[in-house]
Amino acid sequence: MATVTLKPTKVPELILEGYSITPDAFAGKTSAQIAELPGHEGKIHVRLGDFFTVSGEAGATAAETNIVIAGDATRVKYIGSKMTAGTVTVNGNADMYVGGWMKGGKIHVTGNVDSFCGIQMEGGDILVDGDAKNHVGCAYRGDWRGMKGGTIRIKGSAGNDIGTFMLGGTIIIEKNAFIHVSTHAEGGTVIVKGDVEGRVGGQMVKGEMYVLGTIKFMMPGYQKVDRVEKEIDGLKFTFDHYIGDLGERHPKSKGQVIYANLYLKAA
Amino acid sequence: MTSGEILVKGGFVIDPTRKIDGDVGDVAIKDGRIVDKVSSSAKVIDVKGKIVMAGGVDVHSHVAGPKVNVGRLFRPEDKLLSGTCRSAMAQQNGYRMESGFSIPSTFKTGYDYARMGYGFVMEAAMPPIHSPHVHEEIHDTPIIDEAALPVFGNNWFVMDYLKKGEVENTAAYIAWLLRATKGYGVKVVNPGGTAAWGWGLNCLSLDDVVPYFEITPREIIKGLLQANEYLGLPHSMHIHQNDLGNPGNYEGTIDSLKISEGVKPKNKFGREQVMHSTHLQFHSYGGDSWGTFCSKAKEVMDYVNKNKGLTIDLGCVTLDETTTMTADGPFEHHLHSLNHLKWCNVDVEMETAAGVVPYIYSKDVLPNAIQWATGLELALYAKDMNRTFLTTDHPNAGPFTRYPRVIKWLMSKKAREAVLATMKNTDKVINATTIHNIDRELTLFEIAQMTRSGPAKCLGLGNLYGGLAPGMIADVAVFDLNYKNIPSDAEKIESAFQRAACFIKSGEIVVKDGEVVGHGHKKTVWVNVNMPENPQVKRDITQSFTKDYTVQLENYSVKDYLAPHPFVINVDVEA
Repeated sequence: MATVTLKPTKVPELILEGYSITPDAFAGKTSAQIAELPGHEGKIHVRLGDFFTVSGEAGATAAETNIVIAGDATRVKYIGSKMTAGTVTVNGNADMYVGGWMKGGKIHVTGNVDSFCGIQMEGGDILVDGDAKNHVGCAYRGDWRGMKGGTIRIKGSAGNDIGTFMLGGTIIIEKNAFIHVSTHAEGGTVIVKGDVEGRVGGQMVKGEMYVLGTIKFMMPGYQKVDRVEKEIDGLKFTFDHYIGDLGERHPKSKGQVIYANLYLKAA
Repeated sequence: MTSGEILVKGGFVIDPTRKIDGDVGDVAIKDGRIVDKVSSSAKVIDVKGKIVMAGGVDVHSHVAGPKVNVGRLFRPEDKLLSGTCRSAMAQQNGYRMESGFSIPSTFKTGYDYARMGYGFVMEAAMPPIHSPHVHEEIHDTPIIDEAALPVFGNNWFVMDYLKKGEVENTAAYIAWLLRATKGYGVKVVNPGGTAAWGWGLNCLSLDDVVPYFEITPREIIKGLLQANEYLGLPHSMHIHQNDLGNPGNYEGTIDSLKISEGVKPKNKFGREQVMHSTHLQFHSYGGDSWGTFCSKAKEVMDYVNKNKGLTIDLGCVTLDETTTMTADGPFEHHLHSLNHLKWCNVDVEMETAAGVVPYIYSKDVLPNAIQWATGLELALYAKDMNRTFLTTDHPNAGPFTRYPRVIKWLMSKKAREAVLATMKNTDKVINATTIHNIDRELTLFEIAQMTRSGPAKCLGLGNLYGGLAPGMIADVAVFDLNYKNIPSDAEKIESAFQRAACFIKSGEIVVKDGEVVGHGHKKTVWVNVNMPENPQVKRDITQSFTKDYTVQLENYSVKDYLAPHPFVINVDVEA
C-alpha cells in the first residue's frame, strides 16, 4: 500500500470540483503527475496542484492506493466519487458528493460532509464522524435508481432525503434525521438511531427501516402488524413492526405481497 | 458565406434523384444552391475517396415543443452523464454547451444533426395552441431547417365537421390552422383515441366510437385523407395509428392502411403517396399477449409494397435508455403501468393531449429484442426504398443520434447477428422474428433513398432537398467511406455516418472533420394555403374562441417575429 498526501494550500474562490481525487485516478502516478490532474473551478480548468501540495506516490492500482487529505476540504466536491477500490481519508470537512457513484474501497471523513454523500453508490464503505447534510445515499435528481450497495455510516445527524429510491445497501445515521427517509425505496436498509421528524417511507415499495428514537409525524400509509425482537447494528431491541406504504403498488413473491417494513423501537 | 462558390471535388457521388450511384464527380455550389459549374475562384474541397450525398432529410422526429421540454424538465438524469457540457472546443469557438442524450438541448439537437450531415428535420407533432413555443424552440435550434406538423386527429373542429361528412369545411379549417400555427401539414395521432382519453377511454380499433363526438377513427382517417388532397398540400396525411405498441396490432394497422385505397394524390409538388404511416415498427406486432408477442413486419410490408399510395418510416428500436413522448395520451399511461417509471400527462384544450414516460429498451428483455428486429425487418422487406424512410421516432424508439447505428445494422448482416448473438433470449427472438433468416444488406444508394431523396419527395420538397441536381438547396454531406471498398468492419460505417467529414448547409460549411465550425442560417419551412374564405368555418372558429378556448383568437396565432427566417410554400386552392 502506498499513501498520497494532499495538503491544502489555497481555499478555492468558488468550489473546487475534485473529481480527480480518487484512488483510480491516482493509481500508478507520481506526485508530480497527480498535481497535474484536472479539476474545475466554475468553468475554469484547473489542476490539483493549484490547491494542494502533493507528496508520496500512488500504488500501482487503485486497491494499493491510499489518499489522505491533510486538512480541510469544506470547498472540495466529488472526493472519492466513482472510486472502485483503495481508501480516501479526509482529516476535516468535505463538500458535496463524497463517494457519489462509488463502487468499492473506503472513505473516512473525520469532520462533516455536505449534501449528496454516497449518492447512487453501488459498493464500498463511507464513514463520516460528523454530520451530513441532505440526500445521503439518495438517487440523482430525477433518477429512479438510487443506492444499490455498500454502507454509509454517519456518526452525527443527517438532513432530509435519506436513501431516496434506494435499492440496496445500508445507511446508518447514529443521531437524528429530518424528513423523507427511504422515499420511493425498493430495497436496502436505513437505520436511524435517534429521532426523525417525519415522512418515513413515503411511497416505499420494499426495504427495511429501523428507528431507535421517535417519529414525530408518522406516515398514514403504515399499519402496525406485530411486535418483534431484532438485532440491529450489533444490539438487540424490541420493535413495533409496521408495513407500508399501503398507498403504493406492491409486488408479489411466492404468493405473498411484499411490503416495506418499518421497525420502530418499542417504548 | 452564402454567396461563396464551392466545388466539392472528386468524391463518389450518390444521388438517387438522378440515379447516380457512386460515380466520381464534382458538386458545384453558388449562392446557397447547387449549380452546373463554378468559376475558377471557387473554394475547392477535395473529397477524393469519400462519398458525397445530399443533406439528410428526417421525416419524423420530436425535437421541439412542449412535450420535448417536459421530457427535459422531468429527466435531469438524462443530462448527468451525457453531452459535452464543458467542451474546451465549444468554449474556444464560442459555441453553446451541449447536454442531454435522449432529449438533447436545442443546441445539441442542431449540432448533432449537422454532425450527421442532416439538413432538414420535421418536428412530428405540434399541439396547435402551443405552436408559438414550438417555433421559438425551432428558432433556438441551430443550423438545420425545420418544419412542424400540427396534430388534427383529435381536434374538436375536425371531429365535428367529419361527423357530418363535411370534408370541405375540414379542409378550410386545416388551411386556417396551418396559417395560424405556421404549420406544414396534417398529422394524426391515435385518431379519436386521444380525445376518448378525456373520458379515461381509448380507441383501440378503427370502429371504436369516440364518446360525445360519436365518430370513429376510420371516419377521421378517411376524412383527413380527403381533406388533405382537397387542399393539395405538399405532404400527405401523416399518421400514427391506433393501438400502438400492443401485441397483435398488425391487422388493425393493415386495415387502417387500406383506408388510403381509392384516395388519389392531388398536388403540384411531385408527391405520389396519400398516406404516410409513421414509426411502423410500433404497429407491426403479432401474438395476443407479451408471451406470444412476435414480429409481423413481413405481413405489413407485403401490403405496403403493393400499395403505391403509401410511404412509411421505420421507428427503429436502438436498444438505449430513452424518453417516450407522444400525443397518444392513453398509450403513455399504459406504458407507465408496465414499467412503473415516472409519467407526465397533459391535456391540450380542444386539440390534443400528450404523455411522457422514460423507457429502457434492453436487448435482454424479450419484447424489446423483438421490437429491435421488427424495425429492421420492415426495411429489409421493403421493395421501394424511396417509400421507406429511416427514423427512430426520436426519442421514442431511440435517439436520432443512433441513425448511423441503424444504417450499420441495415448494411451488415454480420452486425445484426452480432447483436442477436449477445441477447439473453437469442433463440426466442429468432423464433418470434425472421431477422436471422434475412441475408439482405442495403446498399449506400438505398440508404441515400431512405434518408434523402425518399423523405424529401414524400414531404413534397423533392425539388429542394434530398438531391444534388442543379437548382436544389446546397446541402451537401461528405462521409469518410470509400464507395469502391466498403470496410468489412461495420463499425466503420457507423462512425463515418456519425461524424460527417464535411457538411455544407445551404452553401455554407458548417461541419469539418465531424466538428461544428459554423452556426449556419437556418430556416423555418411552413405551408400557406390560399383559398376563398369559408364563412361558416370562420364563424365557427370565432364562436369557439369566444366560448371554449382559454385564449383570445388574436393571441392564438404564431406572430411573425417567432419565426424570423421563414421559407413559405404557397398552395393555391381554387374555389
